[in-house]
Amino acid sequence: MRKNLPFALFTAVITLVLSLPILGLKLTHEGTKLVLEGATQSTYVYIFLAAAAVFLSQLFREQLNAAKAAVKPKGNILAKLMPPEEKRDMAGKIFFVVLLIAAVLIPFNTGRIWSDIATLALIYVILGLGLNIVVGLAGLLDLGYVAFYAVGAYSYALLSQYFGLSFWVCLPIGALLAATFGFLLGFPVLRLRGDYLAIVTLGFGEIIRILLNNLTSLTGGPNGIGGIPKPTIPMLQFDPEFSIVNLEFSRRAAEGNVAFHEFFGVPYDSSLKVVVLYLIALVLALVTIVIVRRLIRMPVGRAWEALREDEIACRSLGLNRTAIKLSAFTIGAAFAGFAGSLYGARQGHISPESFIFFESVIILAIVVLGGMGSQIGVMVAAVLVVLLQELSREFDEYRLLAFGMVMVLMMIWCPQGLIPMKRPHLQLKQE
Amino acid sequence: MLTLENVYTHYGKIEALHGISLEVNQGEIVSLIGANGAGKTTLLMTVCGDPRASDGRITFMGKDITETPTSEIMRSGIAIVPEGRRVFSGLTVVENLQMGAFFSDKSDFARTLEYVYDLFPRLRERHSQRAGTMSGGEQQMLAIGRALMSHPKMLFLDEPSLGLAPIIINQIFEIIGKLREEGMTIFLVEQNANQALRLADRGYVLENGKVVLQDTGANLLVNEDVRKAYLGG
Ligand SMILES: Nc1ncnc2c1ncn2[C@@H]1O[C@H](COP(=O)(O)OP(=O)(O)OP(=O)(O)O)[C@@H](O)[C@H]1O
Ligand SMILES: [Mg+2]
Repeated sequence: MRKNLPFALFTAVITLVLSLPILGLKLTHEGTKLVLEGATQSTYVYIFLAAAAVFLSQLFREQLNAAKAAVKPKGNILAKLMPPEEKRDMAGKIFFVVLLIAAVLIPFNTGRIWSDIATLALIYVILGLGLNIVVGLAGLLDLGYVAFYAVGAYSYALLSQYFGLSFWVCLPIGALLAATFGFLLGFPVLRLRGDYLAIVTLGFGEIIRILLNNLTSLTGGPNGIGGIPKPTIPMLQFDPEFSIVNLEFSRRAAEGNVAFHEFFGVPYDSSLKVVVLYLIALVLALVTIVIVRRLIRMPVGRAWEALREDEIACRSLGLNRTAIKLSAFTIGAAFAGFAGSLYGARQGHISPESFIFFESVIILAIVVLGGMGSQIGVMVAAVLVVLLQELSREFDEYRLLAFGMVMVLMMIWCPQGLIPMKRPHLQLKQE
Repeated sequence: MLTLENVYTHYGKIEALHGISLEVNQGEIVSLIGANGAGKTTLLMTVCGDPRASDGRITFMGKDITETPTSEIMRSGIAIVPEGRRVFSGLTVVENLQMGAFFSDKSDFARTLEYVYDLFPRLRERHSQRAGTMSGGEQQMLAIGRALMSHPKMLFLDEPSLGLAPIIINQIFEIIGKLREEGMTIFLVEQNANQALRLADRGYVLENGKVVLQDTGANLLVNEDVRKAYLGG
């Protein structure tokens, strides 16, 4: 303890030196002049308490570490809770079914606000799974993923605004458009590696956002596009004639559509449209999960991983490096487009502000937190991150701080991510 | 089967190969020996098209492959066990082998896998272990197995004995001999000149990007210059 004393004192002083001017002094306007003011008494108390805490924690460092080691379980907590390897498949299926039932029941048990948040969580699940292909599996660090998300959202908004196309038509178009952008960007960019790729994709993300911001005549600039319709559900109608009508869930249906409550003759319920959107998001997320799962087990999925592991070995096996990278990039982008269309439908109003760099960071955080490459991990992380964002909304300006803290803690506790990737085993037929 | 005629290779401005001519006939083991930096790896990779030969002609099974894209060359019956093994360390043994069979007939996979497992029983035991956690010798076996998965007509091996214990080296060379008996054509690059030449039908000695000697393996083994330079006197 004695030998810790100088260092503890030093850290306490550093704390004071850093926090006194930052927190203790304030610049305020007084008329036209700027004046320097001291902060409130309590701020100083907090600062000194913080310094004292730093001092003590450094002084008793060994004891604290020993205590921590005693409390901290060995290994990854979540991974420990998982059933043993050989039973995982069965347990996984049961777990999945239970989860699915719970997911379907969410909107009927919770209010409209939570259904709405759950929808957002599902959107992030789709985004996370998509980026997971690019970053987690293929190992291509893409910091501009949000650009493809924006392409999806804007394509739905614009197509429905200018051509009156429905959500179900725009959804595949949005995915396709985003994929096209991914493909076009991928061609020149994918010969870059690591850091360089990250920088260029980051730039691309910003370019798309700035483009959306400045193409005022088309995209409405910073004001964005409003009045994006919610998805409708096609339904068979027998009366007065046999036809298909599009059901809407708003009070009054647009031209040519029929309002749900009128069609079924039930009283109007304003929360219904949130619930329906949630259920649609659930279906789309499920579709994504199934497709990605399939892809990973297909040869192309393994090629992505192989490429991440060793490019030269891949080439020596006759694989075309560019084709594999492009496929990962394009497919990843397609899912972002998918999620983007859904996001547009949920928000009803989109603007470039929804597609800033920080959004890319969040999606990347989901992939890293979940455990690069692990599907279940990414899903859990997506839900956690959305919840965290919603819960920390009250802390407002400390939101990022809280977010960063959680990230750091997570990386200390489970550096491999929440649920590290397990290799999908190939069962060999033994005769 | 494989012929190089006066092949030059450049890395930027630096010329690494200065007019190499050699040939490998069907069913032979040909060894290429040379000191560090002689250009052995460069020679192998030039045949694979990466880096490209800047001059000269390379033909494989009667077809000029000098300008063929790498991925096509690697699917045309050539397989390489690259220097330093380069297994996919995060993938399991089976998955590594599957990558080797990426472009082969899927219906044939199980049989080829059996064949490789019979060649290297150790791989069968370890089939779901991550390749990165295996020993160097096991990884080398895996690298060879992976190359064999594509049913190559010709196998390139770049220093398969690198960093391995003598007993494992013996095993690997034994396997190489066995492959020849099955009709495989083999081009073997080695620092371990003694064993490589003993196994080889013919051999080439590479020095500073040039072929300085070529003869049968047995003759090279007793050659005075070779003994001095590569066999420790
Ligand atoms: N990518 C590269 N860029 C520039 N020069 C290179 C490159 N690869 C190899 N060289 C140079 O080419 C020459 C031959 O190298 P090469 O790797 O073919 O030697 P080697 O005979 O395989 O040696 P070793 O036995 O150590 O593997 C060396 O001088 C090396 O510095
Ligand atoms: Mg070499």
